[in-house]
Amino acid sequence: MAAADTVTVNLAVPRRRPTLPPMTGKLATGLIIAGLITLFGLIGPLLVQDPAKIDDIGLTPPSADHLLGTTQTGQDVLAQLAYATRGSLIVGAVVGLLTLILSGFFGIVGAYAGGWLDEAFSLFTNVVLVIPGLPVVIVISAYVAERSLLLVALVLAITSWAGSARVLRGSTLSLRSRDYVLASRVAGERRWRILLVEILPNLIPLLASQVVFAVIFAILGEAGLSYLGLGATESFTWGTMLYYAQNGLALRLGAWWWFVPPGLMLALFGAALSLINFSIDEIINPKLRNQTRGARRGWRMSREQIRRAKESTL
Amino acid sequence: MSEPVLTIENLSVDYLVDPVVHAVRDVSLTLRRGEVLGLAGESGCGKSTLAYAIVRLLKPPAMITSGRAVFHARGGGDIDWGDLGPEDLRAARWDKISMVFQGAMNSLNPVISIRDQFEDIFTTHRPAMSRRDRRLRCGDLLESVGVDRGRLTSYPHELSGGMRQRVMIAMAMALEPQIMIMDEPTTALDVVVQREILRELTRLRDEHGFAVVFITHDLPLLLEISDRIAVMRDGAIAELGDAYQLYTQPRHDYTKQLLASFPSLTGDRGSFLRESA
Amino acid sequence: MRYLSRKLGFYLVALWAALTLNFLIPRMMPGDPVEIMLAKLGQKGPVTPESREAIEAMLGTDSSRPLWAQYGDYLAGLANGDLGVSLVFFPAPVSSIIAQTLPWTIGLIGLATIISFLTGVGLGTLAGWKRGSWMDNLIPVTTMFQSVPYFWLALILLFLLGSVWPVFPLNGGYDVYNVTPGWNGPFLASVVYYGTLPALTIILSSIGGWMLGMRNMMVSTLSDDYMVTAEAKGLRSRRIMMRYAARNAVLPSISGFAISLGFVVAGSIITEAVFSYPGIGSALLQAVGGNDYALMQGILLIITLSVLGANLLVDLLYSVIDPRIRARG
Ligand SMILES: Nc1ncnc2c1ncn2[C@@H]1O[C@H](COP(=O)(O)OP(=O)(O)OP(=O)(O)O)[C@@H](O)[C@H]1O
Ligand SMILES: [Mg+2]
Repeated sequence: MAAADTVTVNLAVPRRRPTLPPMTGKLATGLIIAGLITLFGLIGPLLVQDPAKIDDIGLTPPSADHLLGTTQTGQDVLAQLAYATRGSLIVGAVVGLLTLILSGFFGIVGAYAGGWLDEAFSLFTNVVLVIPGLPVVIVISAYVAERSLLLVALVLAITSWAGSARVLRGSTLSLRSRDYVLASRVAGERRWRILLVEILPNLIPLLASQVVFAVIFAILGEAGLSYLGLGATESFTWGTMLYYAQNGLALRLGAWWWFVPPGLMLALFGAALSLINFSIDEIINPKLRNQTRGARRGWRMSREQIRRAKESTL
Repeated sequence: MSEPVLTIENLSVDYLVDPVVHAVRDVSLTLRRGEVLGLAGESGCGKSTLAYAIVRLLKPPAMITSGRAVFHARGGGDIDWGDLGPEDLRAARWDKISMVFQGAMNSLNPVISIRDQFEDIFTTHRPAMSRRDRRLRCGDLLESVGVDRGRLTSYPHELSGGMRQRVMIAMAMALEPQIMIMDEPTTALDVVVQREILRELTRLRDEHGFAVVFITHDLPLLLEISDRIAVMRDGAIAELGDAYQLYTQPRHDYTKQLLASFPSLTGDRGSFLRESA
Repeated sequence: MRYLSRKLGFYLVALWAALTLNFLIPRMMPGDPVEIMLAKLGQKGPVTPESREAIEAMLGTDSSRPLWAQYGDYLAGLANGDLGVSLVFFPAPVSSIIAQTLPWTIGLIGLATIISFLTGVGLGTLAGWKRGSWMDNLIPVTTMFQSVPYFWLALILLFLLGSVWPVFPLNGGYDVYNVTPGWNGPFLASVVYYGTLPALTIILSSIGGWMLGMRNMMVSTLSDDYMVTAEAKGLRSRRIMMRYAARNAVLPSISGFAISLGFVVAGSIITEAVFSYPGIGSALLQAVGGNDYALMQGILLIITLSVLGANLLVDLLYSVIDPRIRARG
């Protein structure tokens, strides 16, 4: 609607360049937690004992030998947690990467090219979007007896990229009709160059937030699949740990050291990524930024003044 | 001349950001009953801020730091706009002073029909009015600005820019307020439609006798339609005077500059370009 | 009208894609599901030629019939509503299992989702309206619930409210010993009692998303031009909030609701697993556990169709409340 009202091409409109998110408390907390967990997943497995080694001591609470206790079959929980962290992060990373590629391809390229390609890509995206993913994943998993971590990640990615593609398509369409992009077109810049130089940089915050979402979704989705006994076979993830804990009646036996750590890791990692996404959101949507407390602190108004101002307006 | 309907005394508005922007500085004006007061000035000089300040629509970080706007009701009795409590303020808005906003194109809610946006005004301010009267009045208002009454059932996106503008003006007249503030109501329109709407406005003003504060940076337009003109610069009123007088004998340098920048006004074609070169 | 026909066209394409996907999955997977099914069925009892045919049409035969002919058989079978015989629930036909379990799922998941959506949107409206109030600070807490894996939250709530303080039953859809299913008071009361905890876990884990989305849209909407107009018009703030801000801000949430339905179904499978709820998700898991491929495919089909149908409904509703979409198509 607004686009139709502006008829003239205004060459002076400044380009909006992505800025780094301001280092707020939220963002810092998110980055630190996510960083520590990633570090644990990277070097943890090098430091711990064999996670699958069975010991006849059975279910034991935390001790000096086993910092997080042992499972029913005497396996070291800390060792399992280290490998599980690595496994879950691999699933998250693979799905994040695949989502980036798939949604970028179907969302950005289609929308930028326009015409029948856009129609076809958007139709495909929307069809994938309305067909519920998890039941399909469950059914596929049921047919395949041996499931590697990569297979699970692949199936999760295939069923989850469409939402991001749709969001990206919307933004690309609106960017495509921005004045400075039209101006570069008039100036005869090459189409792929316009895509890379003018459009892609503006999509980076949105891409980042979509990838973060995909990673959260993948890790939680994998955990859900594992809980149903349909996760990766023969590998450790937070989800499979919880599955074994559930099967070993850890909850009933009060073996908190078995089921709390993987659940907590999941929750912490998910929360950390959500915090990061909040900060990215504030870049994507400047209207939100003006409402944060940070912005208000920048005003030279006392609380009393703000309170009085609120009385007379919304 | 006639009695005043609005008196603005020493009004100042700051945007309390870093650094503080003094958007309106110590403005004093009187608006007389039934007159068209033009408010001119370059972009960013604080015209809109002044307009919002009058009806207290400013949001933080904007703050009225001093001064007041007093409304003089028809039957006598003054209302200090700044002393009103939230409920009285709400009730006074639109009833006493209505506004047509800059970018009136987007001033209509896109998802409810024109009729609902009209009726909102009546159900809030005139609860006693019957449903039939309301409908009739909405149609009459639309017709008075030259829009077919069948358009009541339309949604904003189904109207052209000029029609939306007219609808906004019709809405502003709904409660027959004594003052209408129009913030660049016609900037986005082509000259022909602009003329038409302005002619309509002048006619309606003659008919109903409301006062208009007309904000624009289009000085020639103001000279044509206003009784008096205030020229604003950097938040302060540089010069205020009778439209004809201001045109023939501008006193302030800034006014002269402003007049000179519209070559058609000074008669000498192209003088502006030659002088600045 | 253009909008309507476009939407219907889209859903026809989606329906075709779903049917085809359902046809292709069993044929592309390793192993021979028909052999396995028929062998196991044979152990349980006699298999009639009709049900044999139906299973072959659904899952693919190893005979030399070309794929397109199989596709024709498959579509014809669906048109008859014949989905074959279940292995796990032998000799019940797949369609009757679905008819038995689907109402439970729709009742529980549907209600919980709608409650969660309405409360989330309501709270989000208030949080966006009064930015910086305590309501606004509730949002990070509710989004925390979202990053916790759902089943973990559900298991812990079940442990706390089922075992430690036994307020709610541990599993099931109703009290199987003391009430008889039907339209009678005790049964319905029992269904509500058994459904409360599962519903609560769904609401807890999904409400944060609705709330945050709505809150952010409210904040964006508040700075739109027509909001100032509404305020200048002297409307009461309740009216501005509902009719101008929330009315416009809720639109993306509603289209988000359509998209989320797929995830709701996914979540329902896990909910039913945690609470052993007698819905379609539990049936799917039992089918998976017992290599009951016919039931599996039948359920997948029904789930997909339900989600498509629900999406269509939401889309139609959307076109009613956003006049712009009707014109744009
Ligand atoms: N939210 C804000 N924060 C800080 N400064 C502001 C804000 N809004 C306006 N200003 C400043 O206040 C001054 C006056 O703005 P105002 O919108 O009143 O100008 P105007 O005369 O209406 O201009 P135009 O003709 O372009 O509409 C400008 O210098 C502007 O930069
Ligand atoms: Mg202005």
